[in-house]
Amino acid sequence: MTIAQEPTALNFECETGNYHTFCPISCVAWLYQKIEDSFFLVIGTKTCGYFLQNAMGVMIFAEPRYAMAELEEGDISAQLNDYEELKRLCDQIKRDRNPSVIVWIGTCTTEIIKMDLEGLAPKLEGEIGIPIVVARANGLDYAFTQGEDTVLAAMANRCPDKAPVAEAEKNERNAIHKLLNFGKKKEDVAQEESEYVDHPPLVLFGSLPDPVVTQLTLELKKQGIKVSGWLPAKRFTELPVLEEGYYVAGVNPFLSRTATTLMRRRKCKLIGAPFPIGPDGTRAWIEKICSVFGITPQGLEEREAQIWAGLEDYVKLIRGKSVFFMGDNLLEVSLARFLVRCGMTVHEVGIPYMDKRYQAAELAMLEKACEEMGVPLPKIVEKPDNYNQVQRIYDLKPDLVITGMAHANPLEARGINTKWSVEFTFAQIHGFTNARDILELVTRPLRRNNNLKDLGWDKLVREEAKI
Amino acid sequence: MKLAYWMYAGPAHIGTLRVATSFKNVHAIMHAPLGDDYFNVMRSMLSRERDFTPVTTSVVDRHVLSRGSQEKVVDNITRKDAEEHPDLIVLTPTCTSSILQEDLHNFVERAQLEAKGDVILADVNHYRANELQAGDRTLHQIVQFYIEKARKKGELPTSKTEKPSVNIIGISTLGFHNNHDCTELKRLMADLGIEVNAVIPEGASVHELKNLPKAWFNLVPYRELGLMAAKYLEAEFGTPCIDIAPMGVVETAKCIRKIQEVINAQGADVNYEEYINEQTLYVSQAAWFSRSIDCQNLTGKKAVVFGDNTHAAALTKILSREMGIHVVWAGTYCKYDADWFREQVQDYCDEVLITDDHGAIGDAIARVEPSAIFGTQMERHVGKRLDIPCGVIAAPIHVQNFPIGYKPFLGYEGTNQITDLIYNSFTLGMEDHLLEIFGGHDTKEVITKGISAESDLNWTKDGLAELNKIPGFVRGKVKRNTEKFARDRGFKDISAEVLYAAKEAVGA
Repeated sequence: MTIAQEPTALNFECETGNYHTFCPISCVAWLYQKIEDSFFLVIGTKTCGYFLQNAMGVMIFAEPRYAMAELEEGDISAQLNDYEELKRLCDQIKRDRNPSVIVWIGTCTTEIIKMDLEGLAPKLEGEIGIPIVVARANGLDYAFTQGEDTVLAAMANRCPDKAPVAEAEKNERNAIHKLLNFGKKKEDVAQEESEYVDHPPLVLFGSLPDPVVTQLTLELKKQGIKVSGWLPAKRFTELPVLEEGYYVAGVNPFLSRTATTLMRRRKCKLIGAPFPIGPDGTRAWIEKICSVFGITPQGLEEREAQIWAGLEDYVKLIRGKSVFFMGDNLLEVSLARFLVRCGMTVHEVGIPYMDKRYQAAELAMLEKACEEMGVPLPKIVEKPDNYNQVQRIYDLKPDLVITGMAHANPLEARGINTKWSVEFTFAQIHGFTNARDILELVTRPLRRNNNLKDLGWDKLVREEAKI
Repeated sequence: MKLAYWMYAGPAHIGTLRVATSFKNVHAIMHAPLGDDYFNVMRSMLSRERDFTPVTTSVVDRHVLSRGSQEKVVDNITRKDAEEHPDLIVLTPTCTSSILQEDLHNFVERAQLEAKGDVILADVNHYRANELQAGDRTLHQIVQFYIEKARKKGELPTSKTEKPSVNIIGISTLGFHNNHDCTELKRLMADLGIEVNAVIPEGASVHELKNLPKAWFNLVPYRELGLMAAKYLEAEFGTPCIDIAPMGVVETAKCIRKIQEVINAQGADVNYEEYINEQTLYVSQAAWFSRSIDCQNLTGKKAVVFGDNTHAAALTKILSREMGIHVVWAGTYCKYDADWFREQVQDYCDEVLITDDHGAIGDAIARVEPSAIFGTQMERHVGKRLDIPCGVIAAPIHVQNFPIGYKPFLGYEGTNQITDLIYNSFTLGMEDHLLEIFGGHDTKEVITKGISAESDLNWTKDGLAELNKIPGFVRGKVKRNTEKFARDRGFKDISAEVLYAAKEAVGA
């Protein structure tokens, strides 16, 4: 490609949408672990159950707090009464597990037979005395991580809208607050309060493992920013207060519905920032939050440089190499941006769904990164077509393809390095601390191949084998 | 509605896809929402396929919901036809598409006008059939389609092969140890001087299907897949069907004798008795193992068996008949074929359990406290929790059940593999004795075992101390028996005295 042909702005395309991804109901796998007092009831068919059972691997054996309400022929043909059936199952869940919330996950089937889950839930909630949150995380409308988005959007409506009056009680309710003040004397707590700058309350949204929550919270604390709460919290009973005028910021790129709900329904103000993935993203995320509160960030530049220095042994493995994202989990733009900063060339960013408004800051940062690193801008392909992508991969011969499990082994057998994309969803990748984990994943196939490179075992399918 | 955490057999379309993708150059197109193509992941991961799984989705999204699929399905079929030139495209409905009630037949007919390959619609009801039934049905459907097609063209062979020959029916992708079994069956046939006319569906081309009538008989090793196709061939061409799984020494002999009977009836003159004798006594190690001191130590040990019909029935018979192990209960999740199972195993176990509820299975295991479990991956995990060893004998299975090494379950080598599996699952006999004599080597705290059994009884300090002295591998059983004794007699506290009273009373 000559310089003259290089696009000057990001090029967006949309293909047929025939791509492989996880069904959004997979979000129950990480959300039931995150929200400790929840129970997720997936109302669907054997197909949904089979997917969950296989996708969650060993988790299934650990008596998970999720179950299928498996629809039978009588449910489909409305010979059975939906309300009575759901009541029977929810009663059983209440008896066996006594959760603080039951989350109903609507599926393709409940959509098609138009089961009015949103209508049934409040009635049943009143009867059994447990909150029922309805999220329509189905494959008709959404892909993979967007499942979390639908659940959090529904949860956003359950956040209390008034801070409790008594200060003591407030402290009780706020898990992070308590966590940070753990073991400290009252005077110290008061002293610490003064370490924060006076700014309007900030609530972060997106489900992250608890250690990452702590890391990001402390990262903001260094700038004098207090995190009033997280959506979701460790327990449903600890959902953060959301009053009109609170500020909110997302930590993941797939949370556009949640962001919309927080803005429109809860009248919060969204801080549109790149996402704290990679040291560059983390710094930009903190800087943006600081700038909204009129704070001058302290020591961020040094912090970022220090992290980059620590990554050098990994970065030198991928510098100058190329990567192709087939697209399945919506983290693609942020990861592409970080990898460009690591010196990689990105051929294509496949992505299931592109919310240009919610991801605006991230897209701008990707563009800037490409410009500054002197690499061509990638093509962003929404709703990709996996078949076409594989043909492009054959042509481009990228050094690394980030893809789903359906394509990983066949590509490897054809001598193309792959990294399984789903791992990025389950690994800890946010903040300064975890930048190394991202590169640990990205470089693994390359390191493996360095070990095997002299064996001549690159292509393991016969020439005549068709794709 | 049914509250479910785990299922033993998958949904119907999985069965259809397993059969379709087992054939060479057959492509399946699922009429399904995004994310239902999980089959591709399973095939790529579990059986470590090097090639792309020939399954694509004609995605059902909001537009399809409001306006119908319209041209979409037809376009997807013709596109795939042009891209990869498959011999056959199987349009596969899913649970979602079956409630949309679109006229998929019509799409197939329209696509057939343009497509160079054949196009059929998998005829499977999602709410009535599971993975196994659907696979059986799809194989039948494809066989029937190509037999009828050949008949119309007058290409159907009219005579049998010169030498005795067999069709092996039911080997498929993602089947439990299927590829190893297939190799072993081919070896066995070679030993018996029988030509293999065809193996379907795994690795077969649909063009070979018209040659199926040339075989002298059909061998269906698995109860779950292939029987419908074999019955169809029997009805059409009078080809005898042998559905005895050659799993275990006795059943393998039975299968071979049946083959002898069937081909002698068609004019062959064979006597396999000497072969059976030679293999049983000297080649397979299983018969000798039954006589060895090792196996003596297993006499009367308690085991439970759970799995699909084929494997659970065969293992039950092997354990009971060939090794003298006490099978307390044997069960299957093939509820639709329960009568066959009951008839097969009722003489070889105390109780027959027909259920697909993994909770009931877990409870039944906890109640019996066997020395070993033979079941699926789910039972393996129950075993882990209860500290009981488990040998995996049937799907659902995980990636470790797709071994690279040669591990058939069928034929004479299969008997060796099964013997190892069984023997290694029980605590080794000598080790067992030594532990008992020297009081065990673990100093773990007593934990309450069991999935459903909860304890309302109080163990006193000295009672607990005594319990701790009991070797770990029997401690759970002693604890349970003591608690039962105490409950029966209305004791609230369990002291050392109660423990020993219980031991005397029930021999705990």
